[in-house]
Amino acid sequence: MTWNLLVTQALNGLQFGVVLFLLAAGLTLVLGVMNFVNLAHGSLYMLGAYIAAAAFARSDSFIVAGVAAVLGTLLIGVVVERTTLRTFYARGHLDQVLATFGLILFFNEAVRIVWGASPVYMRPPDAFSGTIELLGFTYPSYRVLVIVVGLLMAGGLYLLIHHTRVGMLIRAGATNAQMVSVLGVNIRLVNTLLFGLGAAMAGLSGLMAGPIFSVQPGMGDNVLIAVIVVIVIGGIGSVRGAFYGALIVGVVDTVGRIYLPLLLRQVAERTVADAAGPALASMLIYLFMAVVLAVRPQGLFPARR
Amino acid sequence: MLPETLSARSPRVIAVVVFMLLLAAVPLISAAIGQSYYVTLVTRILVFGLAAASLNLILGYGGLVSFGHALYLGIGAYTVGILSFHGISNGWIHLVVTLALSALVSFLTGLVCMRTSGVAFIMITLAFAQMFYFLGVSLKQYGGDDGLTITQRSDFGPLFSIQGNTGLYYLALGLVAATLYLSWRFVHARFGRLLLGTKSNIRRMRALGFPVLRYQVAAYVISGCICGVAGLLLANFTNFASPAYMYWTVSGDLIVMVILGGIATIMGPLVGAAVYVILETVLSAYTQHWMVILGPVIVLIALLANRGLYGLLLAREPSDSGSGAP
Repeated sequence: MTWNLLVTQALNGLQFGVVLFLLAAGLTLVLGVMNFVNLAHGSLYMLGAYIAAAAFARSDSFIVAGVAAVLGTLLIGVVVERTTLRTFYARGHLDQVLATFGLILFFNEAVRIVWGASPVYMRPPDAFSGTIELLGFTYPSYRVLVIVVGLLMAGGLYLLIHHTRVGMLIRAGATNAQMVSVLGVNIRLVNTLLFGLGAAMAGLSGLMAGPIFSVQPGMGDNVLIAVIVVIVIGGIGSVRGAFYGALIVGVVDTVGRIYLPLLLRQVAERTVADAAGPALASMLIYLFMAVVLAVRPQGLFPARR
Repeated sequence: MLPETLSARSPRVIAVVVFMLLLAAVPLISAAIGQSYYVTLVTRILVFGLAAASLNLILGYGGLVSFGHALYLGIGAYTVGILSFHGISNGWIHLVVTLALSALVSFLTGLVCMRTSGVAFIMITLAFAQMFYFLGVSLKQYGGDDGLTITQRSDFGPLFSIQGNTGLYYLALGLVAATLYLSWRFVHARFGRLLLGTKSNIRRMRALGFPVLRYQVAAYVISGCICGVAGLLLANFTNFASPAYMYWTVSGDLIVMVILGGIATIMGPLVGAAVYVILETVLSAYTQHWMVILGPVIVLIALLANRGLYGLLLAREPSDSGSGAP
C-alpha cells in the first residue's frame, strides 16, 4: 500500500509541478525580459479555466474548450498589455505591484459577476475519464495527459527560446532591451508577443487544472503564490530554473502533505502530531524557499547572462 | 530626497494638530448626534492607519517594498485570540507577547528577506505572509479557516478599559498619535537619515562603511512590532481573530493606503487609510460587486498618485518641501 501511495503522490506532485511550470515560465520571462512584476498572471490562469469550462459545457468538445481558453487568455492578455500594463514598464516595481493588484481584484469580481460565486464543475474529456495501468499502478489517465502536455510544452518552449529567431530576440531583450531596440528590432512588439505567450500558457494551465481543481473566483491567487515560490527557488528570469523549481515545489508540496503528518506521528505524540502535521505541511514549501534563499539568494538555477 | 521639514508654527503643524483634535472629538460628536456608527468607522480607520504608518516606515523611508505586512496584523490578532482562548485576558501580557512574537518573526524573516532586493524582496515577503496565513488556516483547534471568536477584550486593568468602544477608540487614537510623532522623530534622527540613504543609494551607503543590513533589519523589526500592535487593536475591535487578516490582499490594501495617502510622509498613511476605508464602505453600500470598481481605481492610483493625497497638499506649499534644509 505504502509504495503504491508514494508513487501515486509523486505523480500527483509531478502533475501539479507541470501546471506550476506553465505559469512560472510566463511570469519569469515577463519578469526577466521586461523587468515587469505581473501579479495578475494568476488571474489569466483563472480566466483560462473559466473560459474552458464554459466552452466545454457549450460545445461538449475538449479541443474546442482548449482552443477557446488559449485564444481567449491570449486576447485578454494582449488587450490588457496594450491598454494598461505597457504604461507601467518604465515605472518602479511598487507601481507595477499596485496596478496588477488592482487588476486581480477586478478580474476576481468580474468572474463572480459573470459566473457566480460558487465553483463551476468541469469534467475531464470522455476519452480520458478512466484510469490507465502504469508500471503496474492504476492512475487517472487525465492526469497522465496533463503531465504529458506539460512536458511537451516545456520542450517546445526550450526549442522556441534557444533555436528560433524570436527566441534569440527574447534572450537578447533580457540582456539589453535598449540595444536590441537600437539595432532596429521592434522591442515593443516582442514585449507584446512575450506577454501574449505568457498569457496563453497561463490559459492552457487553467484549462488543464479545471477538471482537477475547482474552478472558482480567486483560484489564481493561491496558485500565484506557489508560482512565486517556484520562481524564487529557481532563480528570477530563468526558464530552466522555473522548470526544476516547479517540479521540486510540486512534488515537495504534494508528498509533504501526505507524509509529514505520518512522519511526525512516529516521533511525537499523536495529539501533537495531528495538530502540527498539517500546519507544518502547508508551510513546507515556504520553509524550503527560506532555506534556499539563505544559502543561495540568486536561486538554485539562476539565469545565465 | 530629504524628509519634510518645518518650523513648529507653520500652518501645516497647526493643521495636523487641529486634525488630531477633531479625531479626539469624534466620540463626543457621534454621541451628540446619536450615531455610534461613526466611532466604529473611525476606529477602523485608526487601526489600518497605524498598520499603514508602520509599513510606511520601511516602504516609504527605507524603500523596502514589503508585500506581506498583514502577517503582523495576524500575529497581533492571534496573540489576543489564542491567549484569551486559554483564559489569559490581561492586556499587558497580550501586548508583551505581541511585541515579542512580532520582533522574533520580523527579525528572522527580515534576515532572510534582506538577502535579496527588488522583485525578489516583494515576492519573499508575500510568500512569508502567505505561509503564516496557511498556518492560521491549519490551526484547527483555534478555529482554522473560520477564525477564532474573542469573548473578552484585552484587560488593561483599572487604569483604562477598552471593553467599551469609546475606550478602544481612544487607545487606538493614542497609539496612532504616538506612532506618528515617533515616526516624525525617527525620520529626522540619524537612524532615519541612514535609512533614507539606503533607499536612494544603498551601494554608496555600503561604501561609506555603514552596516546597512543592521539598520534595515532594525527598521523592519520596528515596523513589524508597530503593525503587531495594530493587529492587537484589530482583534479587540472585531472581537475576532481570523487568518483572513493575514491574507495577501490585506497586505495589498496596506500598500494602497500608503501610496494613496502619500508615500514617505508622516500623515500620508493615516489620510490614505481614511480615504480607502471610506471608499470601501461607500462602494460596498452601493453595490455588492464593489471590488469591480475598486480594482480599476487602484490601477488609477498606481498610474496617477505619485505623491499621494497628502503629498499633493505638501506640493502646494511653496516654502517647506522645496527648501529641504534639516
